[in-house]
Amino acid sequence: MADFYFNLPLWFRSLVQGLAVIAVIFPIAGMCSMAERKVSAWLQGRPGPNRALPFWFAWVPVVGPLLQRLGIFHVMADGGKMLFKEDSLPGHVNKFYFILAPIIAMMPALTTVTTVPFGAYFDVAGNVIPLGLARVDIGLLAVFAVSSLGVYSLILAGWASNSKYPFLGGVRASAQLISYELAMTLSVIPVFLWINAPGQPGTMSLARAVEFQSQPGLLGGAWFIFIMPVAALIFLVSLFAETNRHPFDMAEGEADLVGGFHTEYGAFKWGLFFVAEYSHMLIGSGVFTLLFLGGWNPLPWVTLSQLAVWLHVAQLPLVVGVLSIAIFLAKVLALIFFFMWVRWTVPRFRYDQVMEIGWKKLLPLAIANLIAYAIGIAVLQK
Amino acid sequence: MATEFSFPDSAAKAAAAKPEFEPEKMSLSMGPSHPSTHGVLRLQMELDGEILTKCDPVIGYLHRGDEKIAENMTYNQFVPYTDRLDYIAPLANNMAYAIAVEKLAKLEVPARCQAIRVLTAEMARISSHLLGLGAFGIDTGAWTVFMYSFEEREKLYKLFEELTGARFTTSYSRIGGLQRDVPEGWTGRVNAFCDQFLPILEETLSLLTRNKIFMDRTVGVGVISKADAIAYGLTGPNLRGSGVGLDLRKDKPYSGYEQYEFDVPVGTKGDSYDRYLVRGEEMRQSVRIIKQVIAKFPGGDWYAKDARRIFAPPKDKILTSMEELIQNFMLVTEGPQMPAGEVYFEAENPKGILGFYVVSKGGGVPWRLKIRAPSFCNLSILPKICVGCLVSDVVAILGSLDFVMGECDR
Repeated sequence: MADFYFNLPLWFRSLVQGLAVIAVIFPIAGMCSMAERKVSAWLQGRPGPNRALPFWFAWVPVVGPLLQRLGIFHVMADGGKMLFKEDSLPGHVNKFYFILAPIIAMMPALTTVTTVPFGAYFDVAGNVIPLGLARVDIGLLAVFAVSSLGVYSLILAGWASNSKYPFLGGVRASAQLISYELAMTLSVIPVFLWINAPGQPGTMSLARAVEFQSQPGLLGGAWFIFIMPVAALIFLVSLFAETNRHPFDMAEGEADLVGGFHTEYGAFKWGLFFVAEYSHMLIGSGVFTLLFLGGWNPLPWVTLSQLAVWLHVAQLPLVVGVLSIAIFLAKVLALIFFFMWVRWTVPRFRYDQVMEIGWKKLLPLAIANLIAYAIGIAVLQK
Repeated sequence: MATEFSFPDSAAKAAAAKPEFEPEKMSLSMGPSHPSTHGVLRLQMELDGEILTKCDPVIGYLHRGDEKIAENMTYNQFVPYTDRLDYIAPLANNMAYAIAVEKLAKLEVPARCQAIRVLTAEMARISSHLLGLGAFGIDTGAWTVFMYSFEEREKLYKLFEELTGARFTTSYSRIGGLQRDVPEGWTGRVNAFCDQFLPILEETLSLLTRNKIFMDRTVGVGVISKADAIAYGLTGPNLRGSGVGLDLRKDKPYSGYEQYEFDVPVGTKGDSYDRYLVRGEEMRQSVRIIKQVIAKFPGGDWYAKDARRIFAPPKDKILTSMEELIQNFMLVTEGPQMPAGEVYFEAENPKGILGFYVVSKGGGVPWRLKIRAPSFCNLSILPKICVGCLVSDVVAILGSLDFVMGECDR
């Protein structure tokens, strides 16, 4: 089966993998939007969406009402609505760029997914082979490089809308995203300083970061969030800003900017922005999990291979693969829940405060953190 | 008081080019349909980047001519219109209007009626401040506060419905009395509400009060000095937030407020945060008042029985007795009979001082009725405090001023 797949022409495999990305990311992002509504409802003491129940499912005795209560079908209803409602195009916009913006929003989101490993299995020799769509050795650099292109979509959407609120949203978004990228990138450098021993070929691979957290020993098995908590904190805060999440959602800021950069958008084009935002969250959480939360290792100091041996499944690559993906997804979804938890708890920053936190607090902190760890690592390795 | 704006087109600007660099300004119209302008307020703003250089509130989108309408109906027929002034606290409006007209008739209502009015007005104050708190939360981005406060308002609405038959537009007061007496066991339920409300209020407030982000957003934003607050005629929590302890319930007690013990919270800096704190404390004080009212709830009549030309007789009497039937007929057709004269009465409403100026030439219809709406006066300070703020600050300031356009535009 696997051999058959790898004998297929490259273009065909790429096509299948590309479609797989879309087929996985879109539903997960849709479910995240549902989860957002449900989580907010739970936090606010209300039932949340619990009405939609398609007639062809209503007859199922227990599962039907349960899924209805959980609001699962609202995802389909919402998605269907977004696809089929009139895709209006305001008369005053620059049509080309207006349509281009949501497409550009999706592109980095879908591209970066391919470079993020999401699981692992063992080959015959017992080596850990990471699962991922594309094996990119520059790993994290590719993620940063491509995902930072996402800012263009916000600027384009803001400018092409030819309207003042989107314009302000676009300007805010561009400034914010660029300033937090610095702190974000600087915060992960200590991780790779730690991983890459001098004199050996270096790597920026995310899979290598996970491998490093699955070593035996006190320091080897520790997740990087324990080894470098400050870096993890900076990365997490920057992640909030980079994904335009509350309390940093300046670009949208519905209280003052109505809808921010997507004020003029509706129907499927708006839906693309929406899915792109959740995809960015998913990828960001994925990267955070890989770098700081031990990737597919179930617990700190408990590696995937140990778990597989305990469960007597080490010889079954398929089971181990599914297990690792499940562990990884569980961590990612827990992080997504954290995103939502924060969103529905705290108020929103003001635009200048966001910039101040980025430039005056996070960036110096990231630099200090980097220098401290650079010195520390040099001393340790001597 | 329109502000002058300068947005010259590029050709005119090039013609009048000045040697020094002058940044181009942007006009931004916030409202009348905008999520944070709480109704139909419109702010015409002039922006330099994101900093406001001018701000002009444009009001009147909800103007219904309430004052003129009042001249065309009897005194009691106008009560439903007072619901729609500050529609967040209709019971307080009903009370203020009824007391104003009763003052015109030099009519004293029984103690029970006064107590019920105080009770309902304080409940309306809690309801109004809860909405103000929740909306302020949304304006600063804290949605959950809004949902928490709305749950409590829902409980209040249940009580209002039981008392008046309506959740929102209560129309509870009548000239010389009330629509009906309190139902059996209702005061006990109000007491129970107060008991469970206080811990929830503390929890809700604790989401914001010491929250770093919330304090960053509100401390020092929209500072109104003591002198400005007085000069612009601010009233209510907005005035008290600036450090002026004017509260008509204490300074000019009406409807028996002098019997109850409560404190008047006063701010120190006059910023948005102070106004928020004052509202939070006022809710606690309102609960205190409600508890006292219920503790010494007077018995007796709940309407002025001797005012036969003002308040309608009981329904069973109307159906059985000739004299009462005629009395009721006269009241319905001609309205409560008032002496000629004029009167001004103002009450401490949740949003500030709501005043009614009634001129009567005798008979059942006011010759002129003027409403002094607190939201209208409170909004007049916007051009002063918004200049120099960021767009996001304007939203926080609007939330902290807690206005209602139904009252402002009348």
